[in-house]
Amino acid sequence: MPLSSDSDFSATGIPAILADGEAELTRAWNEANGALIGDGRIGRGELLTQCTDLLHALRRAAASGSTDVGSPAYAPVRDLLGELSRSRALQGFSATETASFVFSLKEPLFVLLRHHHGDHGPTLADATGAASRLIDALGLYTIGVFQRSREEIIVRQQQELQELSTPVVKLWDGILALPLIGTLDSTRTQVVMENLLQAIVDHGAEIAIVDITGVPTVDTLVAQHLLKTISAARLMGADCIVSGIRPQIAQTMVHLGVELNVVSKANLADAFGLALTRLGRRVVRNRPGTTPGSADRAA
Amino acid sequence: MERIPILKIGPALLVTIQVDMHDELALTLEEDLTNRIVATGAKGVLIDISGLEIVDSFIGRMLANIASVSRMLDAETVVVGMRPAVAITLVELGLSLPGVRTALNAERGMALIAARLADLAQDDAPDADDEDAAPGA
Repeated sequence: MPLSSDSDFSATGIPAILADGEAELTRAWNEANGALIGDGRIGRGELLTQCTDLLHALRRAAASGSTDVGSPAYAPVRDLLGELSRSRALQGFSATETASFVFSLKEPLFVLLRHHHGDHGPTLADATGAASRLIDALGLYTIGVFQRSREEIIVRQQQELQELSTPVVKLWDGILALPLIGTLDSTRTQVVMENLLQAIVDHGAEIAIVDITGVPTVDTLVAQHLLKTISAARLMGADCIVSGIRPQIAQTMVHLGVELNVVSKANLADAFGLALTRLGRRVVRNRPGTTPGSADRAA
Repeated sequence: MERIPILKIGPALLVTIQVDMHDELALTLEEDLTNRIVATGAKGVLIDISGLEIVDSFIGRMLANIASVSRMLDAETVVVGMRPAVAITLVELGLSLPGVRTALNAERGMALIAARLADLAQDDAPDADDEDAAPGA
């Protein structure tokens, strides 16, 4: 039978056990989790501190007579559990290990409950049920935070990846290169476009080379995104050259009927050569006998 | 009534848009500019939109219209100083302004117009944009 009021919770004896048996519970709980220490991800002292602090907070929360883990009385417990599961996520523990840590409090608690209620079956069953529900709720809360911390890590990594994967490099005065790596979706196109346009303004560039060597597939959508980027660059007064179209991609694009309608070159070197020509520069070989090392320079 | 000034510099007309355009202002500009091209016989129109922060489809279409009208009257339009955000907006609106020449700033825009005038002056002059890859390595 579920507990209907706070007075029932006191009657189960759980608050009293948490208060009287705190030291014993801490010891038993800590021992039950000895396996976690094995590979050095978490220290013996750290684990003991976590057990002690949690039980202390739990004792005070239970003394309020409430069993609602979401209530203000449980705020310190929630904070501790949140901190714990975040650090577990960072230390590389699995969700199972993190949850088991909380659930392993059940066993020692049940032992104490049996001592407390002796042979009185029905009360013992009620008390066990109440303790079980309380610890389940705490365990689920821990898993929730654990999952959220993992998702935060993933989102942060995605952002970093996105920023890293769209560099704009200056090849020469007035010539920029945009080496694209990975699939182009609308979010990335937006980032790429903004980076490129800002770089055009910053460097006063006249020509931008969009190199798609690292783009695994070009379908109609990717082509459309490319064209948008090129149109925007043209509006800013910069010409675009597309380079690095691999043989299979060229075939796929023709089969799909995708036309880029821009100057395209097979590789970055050819595109760079064309860009230099347009700016009225050319690459010449040094006369023999001049300083080695500064072999090729644009005139 | 509020008007955008049109300045004559040699054979070109210079329009600097410093305020945010509203539709009526855009229409007035289109009309004024057409009249000035005919009156002065200008061969180039330079529109500086570096002060323009907000564009909508109407302003975008207005720019395209001005370019088409100018071309009909034998003047080339060069739009200069477009901000990155404006460029992205126009592209997202599907207005990539084909037929409008663009340049990063007024100086380069003037150079484009000067180049066109030089071409007109001597029709047999070679076009610089036709070469292919750089010779030598």
